[in-house]
Amino acid sequence: MTIEMRTLSFGYGSHKAVSDVSLKLNSGLFYGILGPNGCGKTTLVDLLIRHRIPDEGSIAYQGKPLTQYTRKQISRRFALVPQQYAVNFPFTSRQIVMMGRYPHLGRFAFPDTEDYRQVDEIMEQTGTRAFENRFISELSGGERQRVIFARALVQNTPVLILDEATSNLDISHAISLFSLAFERVVREGKTVIAVMQDINLAALFCQYLILMKNGRVVQHGPTDQVLTETTIQSVFQVKAKVYEDPYANARQVVFSRSSHV
Amino acid sequence: MNRISRTLSEGIVWQLLVLFLMLAALVVISSGLGYMRISFSDVLRIVLAKLLGMDSLLDGVNSLFPVVITDVRLPRILTAASVGAGLALSGVVFQGILLNPLADPYTLGVSAGAALGASFALWLNIGIWGIWSVPLFAFIGSGLTLLAVIYLASSSAGLSSNNLILSGIIVSAILSAGVSFIKYMVDEQVSVIIFWLMGSFGSKTWTDVWLTVGALTTGVCVCGYFSRELNVMALGSRTAASLGVDTRKVRMILLITASLVSAVCVSVSGIIGFVGLLVPHIMRTLTGPDNQRLILVSLFAGAILLLGTDTITRAVLPHEIPIGVLTALTGGPFFCYIYRKRQTGGIHDD
Repeated sequence: MTIEMRTLSFGYGSHKAVSDVSLKLNSGLFYGILGPNGCGKTTLVDLLIRHRIPDEGSIAYQGKPLTQYTRKQISRRFALVPQQYAVNFPFTSRQIVMMGRYPHLGRFAFPDTEDYRQVDEIMEQTGTRAFENRFISELSGGERQRVIFARALVQNTPVLILDEATSNLDISHAISLFSLAFERVVREGKTVIAVMQDINLAALFCQYLILMKNGRVVQHGPTDQVLTETTIQSVFQVKAKVYEDPYANARQVVFSRSSHV
Repeated sequence: MNRISRTLSEGIVWQLLVLFLMLAALVVISSGLGYMRISFSDVLRIVLAKLLGMDSLLDGVNSLFPVVITDVRLPRILTAASVGAGLALSGVVFQGILLNPLADPYTLGVSAGAALGASFALWLNIGIWGIWSVPLFAFIGSGLTLLAVIYLASSSAGLSSNNLILSGIIVSAILSAGVSFIKYMVDEQVSVIIFWLMGSFGSKTWTDVWLTVGALTTGVCVCGYFSRELNVMALGSRTAASLGVDTRKVRMILLITASLVSAVCVSVSGIIGFVGLLVPHIMRTLTGPDNQRLILVSLFAGAILLLGTDTITRAVLPHEIPIGVLTALTGGPFFCYIYRKRQTGGIHDD
């Protein structure tokens, strides 16, 4: 699996949300996209799943332009866990998770035993089985987000995109869901692209970081090389101390009260 | 568990069967009721004789009865049933695409457009298309309203539900003022307009039946085809896109289809409120929000509700009350009741 973005640009009216982004992503890696609010992370994700069409530039998946794939083909290759949102209709958790199988089903086909097995298995792994028959509209924010996460895993795609997917989860659920995604990267060679706010959580899971600012990619590379004090200061406008943490077995970042530059 | 037994176990087949039998029974009962009472066995014999072309079945039946049944009552009954089904169908679709369980077929101003079109034709006494002038003008009014609302609501990101709802409200308000203006201008004739606006299934013909059945069938096919997409769209347009749904296209197709179905219904019968709001709402508690089931069940429930109401006003009440008034007077308070119950019961938050 390779994704190649070439000189991608996209704007809302006169405001350029993404400008001149060129990146090459490979399979078997956990990517993290970091950057301040409004830096174009979510727009970049929208371009990847073809929710938005780039004004300039192109995206190729496996060497073939994304425009040559049908929507359904794209949905069998990219799954998305968006930020939290409300669902106005009382679907049960199980019904929502089953929607992840739709890209694999014919229009008038019913889910078969294999679809049900996958739904059961993933609901077990994500701990959503406990409330499988409750309405999504009745769940707490965290429970709902885990259901949405399960739905994306059930889609069983080579690429999993997490758009601030754990921002409203407690640390235990955040780590458990990222671990599930990480496991798929290590064992099955899948690709995870995670837009994140928590730099330390990103440092814990991401093998490769993409740092964005004002719609541009400022820096990208393996986490150990990119995550430095100078990078954080230039991207986030805060002073920070970066160190190798033996307990986390990863780089970690600490701030002080007077960090703001 | 195989697919068929799973479907059966989830009860949809039984629900549909029960609803179908209820509708069939209601058609027979309703055909017998009225100024002239006709026994149910006679009704069945007349219907069978017509369907199978076996005139021998009519031996011993009052020779007036077949005329009353086939030329007067059945057209009215079948029109009422299919309008009910049509309004329920577009109610389901509107609630689905606007992501709002309180939307109805008239949210986007279809009824206001039809009202203005019909009032216009009645005011100028336009008769170029004979008895079809008023329905045709009503339909044109709805169609133009739809175009105006879509134009107002569309942005580079496609049609958002909030924009659609707001545009619908604004356009409806303007059109209502237009209707008031025409009412003011026509003076004595105002009763004709008011009567049309209140809705009626009186003196419907087989042409009305085929027209509504035709629109309904087309609507069911299109909406049924996209019902799974409609489910996915409940998760929001980004998630729907990531699941392979072209939200922009599907929303536009469903919007136009549902609006045209309700426009045909309104043109044929006048403005009948609450069916399109109530039926999907109540049926959702029965089948859940899965639109594949909800559409089918709502079709039958809508037909039963509107036919039942029309039968009450035609044959049970001492004086015929305009159907639109009756549905609003009974449906409105009932809606308030279930809405309140849900608020206090805390079943789900919107």
